[in-house]
Amino acid sequence: MSEGCNSCPTSNGEAVTSYKDYFSFGIWENNIALVQLLGLCPVMAVTTSATNGLGMGIATTVVMIISCVLVSVLRDVIPAEVRNPVMIAIIAGTVTLVDLAMNAWMHELYKVLGLFIALIVTNCAILGRTEAFSMKQPPAAAFIDAVGMGLGFTWALVVLGGIREIIGSGTLFAHASSLLGSNFEWLEITVIDIDSGILLAILPPGGFIFLGVMIAVKRAIDSRTAKDEPTDTTDDELVAIEQ
Amino acid sequence: MKLLANFSLSKLRAHVAYQSAAMGVLCTLVTFLLVMGQRLTEADIKLRLEEDRLELLSQVLPASYYDNVPLEDAVIIPDTLFSNEPVEVFIGRKKGDVSSIVFEMETEGYGGTMKLLLSLNTSGEIIGLRVLSHKETPGLADKLEISKSDWITVFNGLSLQNLPREKWAVKKDGGDFDQFTGATITPRAVVGRVLNGLDFYERNKHHFTHSIKEEETVDE
Repeated sequence: MSEGCNSCPTSNGEAVTSYKDYFSFGIWENNIALVQLLGLCPVMAVTTSATNGLGMGIATTVVMIISCVLVSVLRDVIPAEVRNPVMIAIIAGTVTLVDLAMNAWMHELYKVLGLFIALIVTNCAILGRTEAFSMKQPPAAAFIDAVGMGLGFTWALVVLGGIREIIGSGTLFAHASSLLGSNFEWLEITVIDIDSGILLAILPPGGFIFLGVMIAVKRAIDSRTAKDEPTDTTDDELVAIEQ
Repeated sequence: MKLLANFSLSKLRAHVAYQSAAMGVLCTLVTFLLVMGQRLTEADIKLRLEEDRLELLSQVLPASYYDNVPLEDAVIIPDTLFSNEPVEVFIGRKKGDVSSIVFEMETEGYGGTMKLLLSLNTSGEIIGLRVLSHKETPGLADKLEISKSDWITVFNGLSLQNLPREKWAVKKDGGDFDQFTGATITPRAVVGRVLNGLDFYERNKHHFTHSIKEEETVDE
């Protein structure tokens, strides 16, 4: 397996060698929204509130897991020359089936997420993952990778949506109960009681500005941790994996 | 890739025929699955959409106004002064008598077309008004939605009789309706369209009374 993923080094420049690394890679080092900067169309369109970000994140994760595992299972049968149309057919088919199933059997959730689901087809992050990873890896690895990438995308969307929501409307997780059920009403917080917040945060330019801020913060954290622990823990871990 | 070189499959995969066949088979499979999925969910989705419409109807028209099925009791009224398309008017009846009417209206807001649902009683008073869909700026003009603000309920009970025509405007234009902070175009469009809707009722109310008489002769 070790020769399979030479295209995806960790932040230390070492090749990814364990399932745990596949997972954390998607969550942080190679986060779709913050590092790969893929799928910006749904990111910008949807993150006007934390709840919307969460909904889009969950829907994308589900589609990503199904498509990545399917592509991985079929990877020996799919000819390299026609892999893109084949993968697009698989992704679009999955999205449509998820869309139909949710519309029929999870209608309340569909009313909140319905708009986002069709948008997932246009999310190049999923095509990117199937192309860069699932085509070359066994299903278990593809599954872990898809879960990591999906959750990484989800947290980035929730944080970005949360920031824009607090600044733009003064609330956090407004209408979360319509997405998660009435048990989650406690999530809905009014942070600042204002009639209308700073509109810029909710408009598209605000999305770009705050995404930029998030990327900068992530880089700052990365360079700080790289300075703080250049020798001890990280190196130990890598040695342990190589043994 | 190195591993796969041992498989005869990899030789096969180089053939154009195999590639076309693989794509063909996969697309057929996906299409088949989609057809299956569509057939499996079709009935349920239809049911859900019907429930949605009923729920919307119940928001503008309390159940006490009707004992018929308004969604199945509709008249089509062409009125080019009101709309280019003929308007489908749903009729609420109590013991066979028309008690209320419900119809959809469209108007241009700031961000695009807004769809409104308006219900009136027989004397032309507004029972309820809701926005079905809109593309207005979130956080600014989405106070139209009942979930965000109760602005839309100020229309309840108003009619051309109890509010003079010149008051049917936002406060900025000298009328009676609040605009939103930083957003005047949206409420102005809604108020204007509701006024059109009331006029539409006044012009066409004979149609509804006419349709009761027809219905009664059929029934009895």
